[in-house]
Amino acid sequence: MKHPVSSRVGGQVLGIAGELGAAALMLKSAVFWFFKSRLEVRETMKQSVKIGVDSLGVTALTSFFTGMVLALQTGHTSKNLFNEPLYIGTLVAFSMVKELGPVLTSIVVAGRAGAVVTAEIGTMRVTEQIDALYTLGTHPARYLLVPRYIAFLITLPLLVVLADFIGTIGGFIIATTRLQVPSTVYWDDIFTFMDIADFMHGFLKTFAFAFMIATVSCHKGMTTKGGAEGVGKSTTEAVVTSMVLVMVIDYFISAVLVALGI
Amino acid sequence: MIEIKNLAKNFPGRDVLRDLSCRIEDGDTFSVIGPSGTGKSTFIKCIMRLLKPDAGRILVDGEDIASLDDEFEIARIRRNFGYLFQEGALFDSLTVFENVSFGLRYLTDIPREEYPRIVAEKLSLVGLEKVEHLKPAELSVGMKKRVALARAVAAGPKCILYDEPTTGLDPVTTEMVTDLIVSARDRLKVTSILVTHDVNLALRISSQVAMLDKGVFAAVEPPDRFIKSESPAIKEFLEISNAGHNGCGGHGRPGHAGHTGPGGRH
Repeated sequence: MKHPVSSRVGGQVLGIAGELGAAALMLKSAVFWFFKSRLEVRETMKQSVKIGVDSLGVTALTSFFTGMVLALQTGHTSKNLFNEPLYIGTLVAFSMVKELGPVLTSIVVAGRAGAVVTAEIGTMRVTEQIDALYTLGTHPARYLLVPRYIAFLITLPLLVVLADFIGTIGGFIIATTRLQVPSTVYWDDIFTFMDIADFMHGFLKTFAFAFMIATVSCHKGMTTKGGAEGVGKSTTEAVVTSMVLVMVIDYFISAVLVALGI
Repeated sequence: MIEIKNLAKNFPGRDVLRDLSCRIEDGDTFSVIGPSGTGKSTFIKCIMRLLKPDAGRILVDGEDIASLDDEFEIARIRRNFGYLFQEGALFDSLTVFENVSFGLRYLTDIPREEYPRIVAEKLSLVGLEKVEHLKPAELSVGMKKRVALARAVAAGPKCILYDEPTTGLDPVTTEMVTDLIVSARDRLKVTSILVTHDVNLALRISSQVAMLDKGVFAAVEPPDRFIKSESPAIKEFLEISNAGHNGCGGHGRPGHAGHTGPGGRH
């Protein structure tokens, strides 16, 4: 007789293995068509706008307030401990550039653009538009996947650079207006202690995040079943999976980069 | 010519198509009828190679396409076919012009400057004008079907596959779509393969009608012989469809669509 718990766990393990296998096949297909066909420039531009440009506002807002709250919290803690706000610029910039910029931006993009991608491809799947692509002489990997991968890989790192900058500006505004830190001190703290390796630490991670979000959202879209309800389910799964994986991948890549001295 | 020999397709736990054989001559209108869930769409998707058959052969002008695995080879074969999806499957994010010209870009070497003329010509074939700039969401169900047909024929296929072309349509739109199928067949001289559960449509415009039952063809006959079939499955289906006495004057020949209204027993 089957043990109910072990059979359930076994089923889930098989399910995850199946998902990973299907995602790997999808990725293989995307890589194949990336090298074998001409790039869909127009579609890539369109997706870059949808994924990158349309995420600008929410990314800017998130990073601006994150920078502000970082400066506020560290400033007050520092005042309590040392009677003056010390190294506010350093702390805000380090936090933004190495962790919060890449992670928060990736989460925002996963929630906004990842959901759009999954819903769009999922709807195309359940309304036979994916089959229509085959009948009209093109492959969905060429027309749908490659442009989205490229769009994520180009726009997410750019958004992260912007988020780093805006977050640091947010911190600057609070440091100078509420904590009375001189602006030269704020910027000196940043440029004295930070070098390009610190920036690269966060920047490099974003490529892994972009790749992962593209894979999860495209895969969930391509495997959507069951009409409108299925599209909703796939979209939720894509967003949740991407957000969790951002955190998991962040730890492992950080560990590797730290070990490499970056 | 399309020849299908011992075609079989299974899905997990279910043999959908077991042993299908038929022969469709150039210019024929071949209809496959049967209740929902009998594998009609699976049959047509195997011909288009949207699905890979598990066994059997599909010979298109003598070339077996069932065993092809190379994506480029399959794409080459698909150039022979236009496909009208049940719901149209127009690309929501593209305009009518972009939808209709989509296949021209991937299936032909026609220069882009020619696209506006070809798109206008194909839209006029389906009775539409000045809709190029509209998005699918701005079209009625009937207009979507028409645009989808214009898209299916734009690249000049030799054969058009229709997947349940009249399902879910009101009688007026059904009549219009039927006329379009006949018109496309006559004006473009294409072979037509329909899968439908609309017996009247099949009997009116087909040169051959096949009934799909339990994974095999219960019969493949011209409409006049089909309605006299002794097969219990066919008799039952015709009885349920209330179409046993409907006309079958079209016989899939150019210029004839028959004159029998849907569902009527006269």
